[in-house]
Amino acid sequence: MFRQATARLLSRSAAASPKARPFSTDLESAPAADQAFVDAWKKVAPNMDPPKTPLSFMKPRPPTPSSIPSKLIVNFSLPYASELSGKEVDMVIVPATTGQMGILPGHVPTIAELKPGLMTVHEGNDVQKYFVSSGFALVHANSFADIIAVEAVPVDRIDPTLVQKGLAEFTQKLNSASTELEKAEAQIGLDVHSALSSALSG
Amino acid sequence: MAMAALRREGKRFALSSPNPINVLRSSLAPSEEQMSLGVRGISTQIVRNRMKSVKNIQKITKAMKMVAASKLRAIQVRAENSRGLWQPFTALLGDIPSVDVKKNVIVTISSDKGLCGGINSTSVKISRAMHRLTSGPDKESTYVILGEKAKAQLIRDSRNFIELSITELQKNFLNYTQVSVLAEEILKNVEYDALRVVFNKFQSVVSFLPTTATILSPEVVEREAEAGGKLGDLDAYEIEGGETKSEILQNLAEFQFSCVMFNAVMENACSEQGARMSAMDSSSRNAGEMLDRLTLTYNSIVDDAECGAFNRLRIFGDLPRFGPASSNSIVGTQ
Repeated sequence: MFRQATARLLSRSAAASPKARPFSTDLESAPAADQAFVDAWKKVAPNMDPPKTPLSFMKPRPPTPSSIPSKLIVNFSLPYASELSGKEVDMVIVPATTGQMGILPGHVPTIAELKPGLMTVHEGNDVQKYFVSSGFALVHANSFADIIAVEAVPVDRIDPTLVQKGLAEFTQKLNSASTELEKAEAQIGLDVHSALSSALSG
Repeated sequence: MAMAALRREGKRFALSSPNPINVLRSSLAPSEEQMSLGVRGISTQIVRNRMKSVKNIQKITKAMKMVAASKLRAIQVRAENSRGLWQPFTALLGDIPSVDVKKNVIVTISSDKGLCGGINSTSVKISRAMHRLTSGPDKESTYVILGEKAKAQLIRDSRNFIELSITELQKNFLNYTQVSVLAEEILKNVEYDALRVVFNKFQSVVSFLPTTATILSPEVVEREAEAGGKLGDLDAYEIEGGETKSEILQNLAEFQFSCVMFNAVMENACSEQGARMSAMDSSSRNAGEMLDRLTLTYNSIVDDAECGAFNRLRIFGDLPRFGPASSNSIVGTQ
């Protein structure tokens, strides 16, 4: 009887300790809640726990190092997947609206809007090419680069014949477009397809 | 002694075909039960009906639990994949729910279908508290509601504050395109300085954490950046592309809103399925317990009836079914 009781106690304590076992994708971080918010909440709703904020679900970023680090840490995220997460690379080239922009470790902090184009990730001699639709690239002072795109495909999965067909189709649509909206849509389609074809060739 | 009597009676009627007797016996039995039970005051019929309905409820809730479990599995993967989407924005801009702005918009995310435990009530409670927090002499806050359940609850007392309500979100498969169109609609129709998205974050199958994510409009971002504090080092960032900084910040804010909304909607859908699973699980367990209790009641009633029958045999020396003085003349023939 005592053996059973102790076994039950042990199992219960073992079950209780990883109480809110976090997923590996999000961990509790030290700068948790916004203290001013918690205080204001307590005044308004003293019986309720304040809601969590996204900060408590994010791994904290390391502070800016004093010397330029050797590698760039890249997070490439899409709505459906995190393509690259915390990967250490040498260089990333992104298609910003002002042209291809190269990001090296120690790059000045930047917010860049992306246009449809080719993105390459260089690590040693290994080059990965993706075609991204638009998005944003954020470079932080601590050599973290966050690239968020709506859609991205590895270049080798693009079908060249479909690209040619799309090009022809949208050129024709642009010529026959009447309203501003149609013209804008056709222009966007044309831009994307010409970027696709240059990505395939370049 | 009872057994000997039975055997005697059985031999007397062994010549005739047993089936009619059996049929008669079975038809007599319930009325006999009812006759002796009439003394008790409870009929087994009622108990049996209750048992049947409780058993049906148990089956239905168990099936609903299985369905919710399978839906949860499918959507959990996608929700976890979408978690990387809002992190870059929070890393850049931080998340300051205590920011002091004039126009707050509270975006409450809830489910359309019910029977999912308490998650919708929790979201509504948090939204109401946020409304109280962000309303003041020179501040105002309005609601944008996603989902039927929150709409039903909030329309009762905050009807004037509801700007927009959107339902039937999960009719088509949830995807980013749909959510970004939705975000665009909201941004077009609603004036805002800060958007606060309230949803249930999926931690595990049994735990859902109410969460609020704050997105600031570009003007407020600039104001906060100049004021210093958490956004102070935003000015250090160079802006590539676009003519002015504010244009880029506008695009950034809109993109951030659609990304945060996408993640919030997915997490809430996950929480809904998980909550439904645990609600249906506890419901079928309760039904099972009720069924056990009813079975015990039923058995005790039947036992009482049989006990009464044996007592009669003991006292009066006859079994009620086959008593010679009884009016069961149908049995007495042939």
